[in-house]
Amino acid sequence: MIGMLGVPETIYCRKLLAGGFLALALCGNAMAEGNPRDPYEGFNRAMFSVNEAVDKYAAKPIARVYESVAPLPVKAGVGNFFGNVGDLWIGANSAMQGKFSDAGVDISRLLINSTIGIFGLFDVASELGLEKHEEDFGQTMAVWGVRDGGYLFWPIIGPRTVRDSAGWFIDSYGDPVWRARPIASRNSLLTLRFVDIRASLLPADKVVEEAALDKYAYIRDAYLQRRRNQIFDGRPPRLDD
Amino acid sequence: MMKKLVAFFFAALVATAAVQAQEAPDALIMQVTEEVLDIIRKDKDIQSGNTHKAIELVDKKVLPHFNFQHMTALAVGKDWKKASPQQQQQLSAEFRTLLVRTYSNALTGYMNQKIIYKPFKMNPGETDVLVRTEVLQPGSKPVQLDYSLEKLDAGWKVYDMTVAGISLVTNYRDQFGQEVRNGGIDGLIATITAKNKSLEANLAKVDKK
Repeated sequence: MIGMLGVPETIYCRKLLAGGFLALALCGNAMAEGNPRDPYEGFNRAMFSVNEAVDKYAAKPIARVYESVAPLPVKAGVGNFFGNVGDLWIGANSAMQGKFSDAGVDISRLLINSTIGIFGLFDVASELGLEKHEEDFGQTMAVWGVRDGGYLFWPIIGPRTVRDSAGWFIDSYGDPVWRARPIASRNSLLTLRFVDIRASLLPADKVVEEAALDKYAYIRDAYLQRRRNQIFDGRPPRLDD
Repeated sequence: MMKKLVAFFFAALVATAAVQAQEAPDALIMQVTEEVLDIIRKDKDIQSGNTHKAIELVDKKVLPHFNFQHMTALAVGKDWKKASPQQQQQLSAEFRTLLVRTYSNALTGYMNQKIIYKPFKMNPGETDVLVRTEVLQPGSKPVQLDYSLEKLDAGWKVYDMTVAGISLVTNYRDQFGQEVRNGGIDGLIATITAKNKSLEANLAKVDKK
């Protein structure tokens, strides 16, 4: 379940990603049949089981503790803080997609929440009617016409298509949290964000466990549908039945 | 005479307006949602995770507005035409049980959410529409929740639901397709039946505790 709906990451992910691409390049050709949207299914399923183990024994228990210990205002503050930090890069991506009025909203949000919202701890901008957008470089590339390149599942990072894995890599450079220094603070912030996102996904765990015939496929298809929805800003054209 | 006629016209007008209001798909979604949330707000059992009670509520209040035959056809996709009428019926029944379970579980997690109903426009004579809502919860991002409805003789019926862009129905298509490739339509029916049985067994275990 890690990363199904969010952008969790840890410190090692960049290296992991580079290594993963190499592994894929080596074994990609061998697995050409099966689901056309999931050409690397063998590799992905292996990574998925690794992730399930990490989630079960580390990520989920920590997220549970966070969920039960942190009071709601603290959790809301943490979520808002990272949301605010992200609005700068979201605004840059809105602009790169030609959505300049959205970009204006994103930057206004950043200015309002960083000041009146006390370093982003309160999302005052949303209450003023400035809607938060969801943008990242993977979506920008999609708008520019880059194909998704097939589905991938990474341990810890979670599902990403090939395009969105590259987008994630670029995002980590546009993301102020990754640039925080000293390194120790950066790592604490990344960990806190990861735990916050994992905790927000706890209620979805039971639903997925119960609903899925095949959890791997359920998460894959949910991710691909959700990405499509994000790329079209919540109004994807209808697919044929 | 004229007075009576006018009165009659007026009454007819009001009656038609009432029927139309009742039939409008967005009004239907709003009415059912508010009714269900209202019950949950007052029901401590459901709030504390009583799945049986939640299922009962969904069965009574929500299901009459769903077209499960169409939902199942959408979930199965191309293979639907290969199924005999009897298999289609079995599939719909099992898929319904599975979806109701999932949906009811989501309800037991309900806490202080508010629903925003997005502005809805519809051309006269349209028979297939999308009603858009948003779930607001304190401390997290709003979640998009959309309903696809079609107009049947019995009124407007929901045939698909999407949460954050994820259709609860078509998300099954690849999984179902896989089962059909492995064991035919009967294999698919058997798999969903087994899944429902194991969920039921888990629930019984929880009840005993």
